[in-house]
Amino acid sequence: MIAIVDYGAGNLNSVKKALDYLGADVVVTGQPETVVAADKILLPGVGHFSSLRALDRAGLREALLQAASAGKPFLGICLGMQWLFEGSEECSEVAGAGIFPGRCRQFPSSVKSPHVGWNSLAIQEGSRLLQGIAQDSFVYYTHSFHAPVVSAMTAAGEYGLQFAAAVEHGNIFGVQFHPEKSGDVGLAILKNFCEV
Amino acid sequence: MLTKRIIACLDMDGGRVVKGVRFKNLRDAGDPAECATAHARNGADEIVLLDITATSGNRRTLLDAVFRTARSLFAPFTVGGGIRQLEDAAAVFDAGADKIAINSAAVRDPALIGRIAGRFGSQAVVVAIDARKVDGGFEVFVAGGRVATGRNAIQWAREAAACGAGEILLTSMDRDGTQSGFDCQLVRTVAEAVSIPVIASGGAGSARDFVEVFREGRADAALAASIFHFGIENIAELKRELHDAGIPVRWPC
Repeated sequence: MIAIVDYGAGNLNSVKKALDYLGADVVVTGQPETVVAADKILLPGVGHFSSLRALDRAGLREALLQAASAGKPFLGICLGMQWLFEGSEECSEVAGAGIFPGRCRQFPSSVKSPHVGWNSLAIQEGSRLLQGIAQDSFVYYTHSFHAPVVSAMTAAGEYGLQFAAAVEHGNIFGVQFHPEKSGDVGLAILKNFCEV
Repeated sequence: MLTKRIIACLDMDGGRVVKGVRFKNLRDAGDPAECATAHARNGADEIVLLDITATSGNRRTLLDAVFRTARSLFAPFTVGGGIRQLEDAAAVFDAGADKIAINSAAVRDPALIGRIAGRFGSQAVVVAIDARKVDGGFEVFVAGGRVATGRNAIQWAREAAACGAGEILLTSMDRDGTQSGFDCQLVRTVAEAVSIPVIASGGAGSARDFVEVFREGRADAALAASIFHFGIENIAELKRELHDAGIPVRWPC
């Protein structure tokens, strides 16, 4: 069973709908014990980094870290991926999980913000999540802050600078784009997560 | 590289997609869920569903259409028409929309933009502006283009962005329904005035019009309704032509 973590930020319908479409066994939950009991964790999110403060308030932070360190497959999407880093300039008082090093930063002023639309992926070899995804495939983004390039990066995006489009380390996966909004490419990525 | 988006707009009346010129001589163009998935399969980068009647009695019909469309659509999905308050927006998001478009209600109460953005994020709020050329600039019209506001479109776009809008959907009323090309002057003026993406609308008739609005108009996305129905123009073919003209698009898609 995949637990989609509900911490009151934004709308989780589209992620649930995509996993339902793939026939996955899914529960949307805000309960720490349900998160701990799940086989896989999906942390969605869109909007402001400060909304992640709700994870701490609901006791979900510990549950998420416990599940991640227990080796359960964990996918962070958009803000959910940014949470896997140390934090974000968008809201310095909320701490990320620190699983990946560095902080999320704003795009340079040379480009419009937010970064909205379909952008291509520069995929690196060896990713389990992006297995079978063609080089330069297009995925849909909507965000104003981005994660830094790190050694765990499995795909890069380009928008005024290079940023981490996908990261992966062991059982921990993160994507800055929205696979649930990225057509067949996105569904294939979610299917990989279901099967990992 | 970030690509330029081609957005298909579905005008809906009483639960059915309709097509006419300037909301007149409406013809039935099909079921919204079927039209949306067909357009997405054909290469549309985004779908907008616009409730053109938007009377209160129709809300249930709209929400049902949004729900059915969202269930099988895995591309960005915007819903507009008749959203007057936060609760209206919340109901549309609950039904499965990713973004809402607000027009008259935002002009009446600009703080509504911030209220919706505060709860659902700026990326979920598209402010639609209907503009017409007047002496000395472009004026904002509301209520489906029937009521002049006396407001300058460029200033309103800036204010909407400052209030928390994530994108501007800019329609040239002079060009809407004419298939004579986008108003590149209007689009460019607004696109250079705000730091958020601008979607150009009104006047799409040929692939060349799209090339011009991306090149001369500096649009981030372009929307069309009429040319995408009844197979009059194939979106995949349009995107191939844009690609050949050197415009970055999601191709092949």
